[in-house]
Formats: sequence, structure tokens, C-alpha cells
Amino acid sequence: MSAGIDLDDVCCDFGNFRAVDHVNVSIRPGEFFSFLGPSGCGKTTILRMISGFTEPSSGAIRIGGKDMKGQRPNQRPTALIFQNLALFPLMPIWQNISFGLEVRGVDKATRRKRAEELLALVDLPGAADKMVSQLSGGQKQRVAIARALAVEPSVMLLDEPLSALDLKLRQHMRAELRAIQKRTGVTFIYITHDQGEALAMSDRVGVMSHGRLQQVANPRDIYNNPVNGFVASFVGENNILPGDIQNVAEGMASFATPIGTFRARLGEGAQGGRAKLYIRPEHMLLSPQPGAENSVPVTVADVAFEGNFIAVQAVTENGTHLTAELRNDGAATVPATGSRMHMTFDAQRSAILPDSGAQPVGGA
Amino acid sequence: MRDLLRRYGAGLTAGFIGLTVFWLLILVILPNLTLFESSFRPYLPVVDIGGPKDVYSLGNYMKVFGAPVDASFFGITFQLPVHIKIFFGTVYYSALVTVITFLLAYPLAYYLAKIVSPKSLPTLFLLLFVPLWVSEILRSFAWFIILAFKGPLNALLLNIGIIDQPIRFIAGYTPVIVGLVYTYVLFMVFPIYNAIQSLDTNQIEAAEDLGSPWWRTHWRVILPHAKPGIASGSVMVFMLSAGSLLVPTLLGSTSAQWFTQTIQQWMLEALDWNTGAAYAFLLLILCTVFVSLVMRVFRVRLSDIAK
Repeated sequence: MSAGIDLDDVCCDFGNFRAVDHVNVSIRPGEFFSFLGPSGCGKTTILRMISGFTEPSSGAIRIGGKDMKGQRPNQRPTALIFQNLALFPLMPIWQNISFGLEVRGVDKATRRKRAEELLALVDLPGAADKMVSQLSGGQKQRVAIARALAVEPSVMLLDEPLSALDLKLRQHMRAELRAIQKRTGVTFIYITHDQGEALAMSDRVGVMSHGRLQQVANPRDIYNNPVNGFVASFVGENNILPGDIQNVAEGMASFATPIGTFRARLGEGAQGGRAKLYIRPEHMLLSPQPGAENSVPVTVADVAFEGNFIAVQAVTENGTHLTAELRNDGAATVPATGSRMHMTFDAQRSAILPDSGAQPVGGA
Repeated sequence: MRDLLRRYGAGLTAGFIGLTVFWLLILVILPNLTLFESSFRPYLPVVDIGGPKDVYSLGNYMKVFGAPVDASFFGITFQLPVHIKIFFGTVYYSALVTVITFLLAYPLAYYLAKIVSPKSLPTLFLLLFVPLWVSEILRSFAWFIILAFKGPLNALLLNIGIIDQPIRFIAGYTPVIVGLVYTYVLFMVFPIYNAIQSLDTNQIEAAEDLGSPWWRTHWRVILPHAKPGIASGSVMVFMLSAGSLLVPTLLGSTSAQWFTQTIQQWMLEALDWNTGAAYAFLLLILCTVFVSLVMRVFRVRLSDIAK
């Protein structure tokens, strides 16, 4: 049982501050959807509006087609997993998990049985009678998920639930969350500022900045075809070159920058005039000879061997810094610092994007 | 100790410790020990003190069992020594005062801790504290006037038509209860406020998100968390009420004796300090026992209260 969610031109103001600005998005039933953005971009406010703790200033929120206006959190078919989990420390684990059932008047034996089942589902059998303080971070995480699943919500809302865990556990829980979502088929809405998390787990990602939804797409498109400079620079690394758009033709354009004129793919929002060229470091090739097109002579300034890749910092003749990440396939040679090389990139794997949305993010 | 020496030097440190020791030993422990010792000795004319009649006994404590009078409790009438009747009245009404202060203080403490915006909190605290700037005697007299037969409360109730005959409020234990609740309610508000304030608001929201109605959130999440605060507030209000002298003296009537008044009568009217001391220790010991029993019933540990 899962439900879709429609945010229809939703705004939310706190005094003079607009936390959420005309957000429109339809989340499909059973989808794993992430809102990705820096802190203060309004993603948590969206979550609180869906769960009912905050009312939108304007616009409508529909869950399963039903308008949620005026519905309290305890009347909505959603379950929220808080950033700090908010488990009840004075109840044993099984009572934590079955609290939502207790509220619904389910008898004790059934509740206990259901709690055991859910503990098995989240791979934590035998913890029913422990107290919250006896569990590790990852175990608490699972209890929080089980507690939310117990009320059989149509929608699960997760507010950066992995941020308190260490790296290894976080990666493990990513896969676990994804698996639980697939098993239960519940719509998951996930809030995070961690692009890796959002890309790895989600069916679709909505990138937010300044209360606005910048782009909604699947993780591949978010990474490969960002619509603007903000999305491109927030998700992943880039070489960014400012310049002017010239000779537009069939989605491609010539782009004049201080270090030369390149041919590159024209992003959706870019029409003409000033813009920026974005090239991922892993799409930069480093070679002794110049390539056929889009090649710049550089001097290698610094080489860092990272294991799975080799990061090369290079400087052009006019002092512009460029980065290339070379995949380490076992045979890759590490270029020598100070050597003169050429950096080349594929026109299809670069993007000319408008500046909008790329401003540094401020506000609360 | 070493920190203290390093920070303040030998002279000041000796001063601090000396004053503390003086206060504890000379002003607290010694007078209590003197009273405790004298509570076992008979009340004698000065010439007999130290003589053959001056021997230790439990006689003073046994005096509570004298002078039986009729008592009735929930419709059952039975004989009870007058001082024991007063003692039970004191404990019973002190417990009642504690329950009433809790019922008043809990919603107020919750409101202050979780609902009020932090900006208006200082103003509200000030409003709560302002009455404390007036002395307890004046406040008790104020209640005497408010509750009087021809006083403002009766006038108000008559005027808005809730009653058609003035009510005699100043009778029995009612005015004492009103006065004690008013005097000690803040001792209940602040421990509960502290306890609720330390509760993570996310837990309240989590309960609501899981479908809990407000009363169940209070019962299952907020009240259990506030229990230590409720316990320390209750112990304070109960002990202060049972030990209060001023409020029962000003607002009580002859039919509403407080045990502290009995102690005062032994000491100041009968001039029998020995029996007065014995009664005072009875009150202390029995109230402590009562509080310990109640704490056991509600499964509160002493360490919870000390937090």
C-alpha cells in the first residue's frame, strides 16, 4: 500500500523569509524520491509540510489524491523518521515499535507479535526487550524504521536519518533502506544534503536551492545533464570556465573562454551571452599530444594518487586551474609534476549552463 | 579542595570552610540534637532538672495517644486520639494540596516549556514571581479577605448569578487548602518545567506522527519523562505544606487544626518544649516515612529526585 504525493505550487513563509518557493512536483506511488540540497534550502520544511507539522502558506499538498489541508500529523498516512530518530527512551524496543498500534487500540499480544515481525524485517531479531540506550547507532536506526513501518504508512518521510552514522555503517544502511523500500513498496521521501546518498538510493532526485526546486530527474540525468550551474556544482565536481556563447547550432555552441574557444553541448536554460562551461574532472583526458578538438596545453602542477583514480591538477598558460581524474585501471601511468601535457574533453560530455541558481546559498 | 586552595589561598579557604561548618554544626545540627535529646526528657520544674525524676523515656511521644475524640472518615465514625486525628488531617490535606498543585502546575509547566515562544518566556516568569515579592503573611491575609463571607469572591459570584446565597468559605480546611496551594504552587511548577523542558520536542512530534492523540502523548511520553520533576515537586510541596504554620494559623479555624499548630501550642502555650520537640520529631519521621512509601508506590528513586 503506497500513495503518490502531489505538491501543487507550494510556498511556505516564516515571517519575511520564504523557505519554500513555488514548488511543484509529483511523486509517484512506490517511488524512492530524494530532496537534495544544502542546509537551509527548504527541504526539511517540505518534509514537515508533507507530514503535517507545518502548514503551507499557499498551494496544496495531496497524498493519494486527497488534499491534506487542515489534517494533523496524527491523521495523515505518513510516518516520519526524525534526524535524531526520536525513539522513546523509557519504553523497551517492542513498545517503541508498536506505539503506533497501541494508539490504534491493538491488543498487547498482537502488538508484541507485530513488533517481533518488524524486528525480523529490519534484521534485528531478539532486541524486543532491550532498552533504546542498549542499542548501537545502526540498531537504533533500524528500530526507528520498524516503528515507522508498524503503522503501515502510505508514505515514509526520512529526514537525513543516516547523518549521525559513521561512513561504513552509512553505506551499509543505504543499501538496507533501499532493500526495505523495495520489500515494502512504500513511497519513500528522503531528505539529504549528501549527493552520494541521494544518487545511490533514489529513483528520482529533486535538487533544491533557496526554497526552489532546481531540477527533478533520475540520478543519471541529475549528474550527467544538470539544468543549471547550481545543480552542476552542487552534485559532483566540475571544472568551471566562464565565457560567451557563440554560433549556436543543433544543441551545440562555440564557447569563448579566456583559455580558448571550445565546442560544447548547450544546456537547456542557456540561450546566448554570458554563461559558464562545466566539465567533470573524470571527463578530462590528459595526453602528451593535443586532441582533435577542445584541447588546452597545460603544465601538470600536482598529482595525487587516490587509489581508484589519479587526480591531476594542471595550470594553463594564463594561470587557470584545471582538474582531471584519471581512472586507475592498473596500467595508468602517473604523469610527472611539471611535465607539459594537453587536456582534452569531449564536446558531448561538457555543458554550457546559465548562471542562475549558482549563487552561494545563505539564509536559515 | 586543592582547587579551592589554589584559587583563593589559605585564608579565604579556611574562612569558607569555617563558615560552612559553623552554619551546619552550630545552627543546624546542634539545635536539632538538643531538641532530640530533650524530647525524651520529662517537662520538670527548674529545681528538678538533673534530679532523680529527670530520666529518659518515650513519655512525651506517647502523649499523642491521649484524649480520644470522635472522628469520621468517609462516613465511618470511630474514636481517635485528638492529636492523631490532627496529624492524619494534616497528612491527608497536605496530600490533597500536593495533588491540586500538581493538577495546576503540570499544564502550566508544559505550556511554559513547550508552547510559549522563548521570547515571551521571561515576561511570564516575571509574572509568576511577582507575587513572591509580597510577604507570605500579606498574601495569606489577602486570601482571608478574598474568601470572607462578605468578601469580593462572594460578591462576584453573587453578581454574575452563579450563587444566590454567599458561601462561608472560611470554614474547615478549605481556606487552608487554598492558601497552601497558592503559596507552594511554584515549588511544583519549576521542577516539572525543568523536566519537560529537557524532553526532546521531536519525541512529542514522533508520537503525534504515529497517530497518538494529545492525551496519550502526555500519558506515554511526556509524563514518564517528567516523573522525576513531578516527584521532587510533590515531595517539596507535601513537606512544606505539612510543615507550614503560618497559613493554617491565619486561614484555619478551630475545626481545622494543623499538626504544626499543636506543636506550637505545646511549645509556646504550654511552655512544654520537651513534648513540643517530641511532636516535631514525630511529624518529621512520619512524613518522611509517608513520602518514602508514596515514592515506592510510584517507583521513584531518590536519585531521580536529586537530579
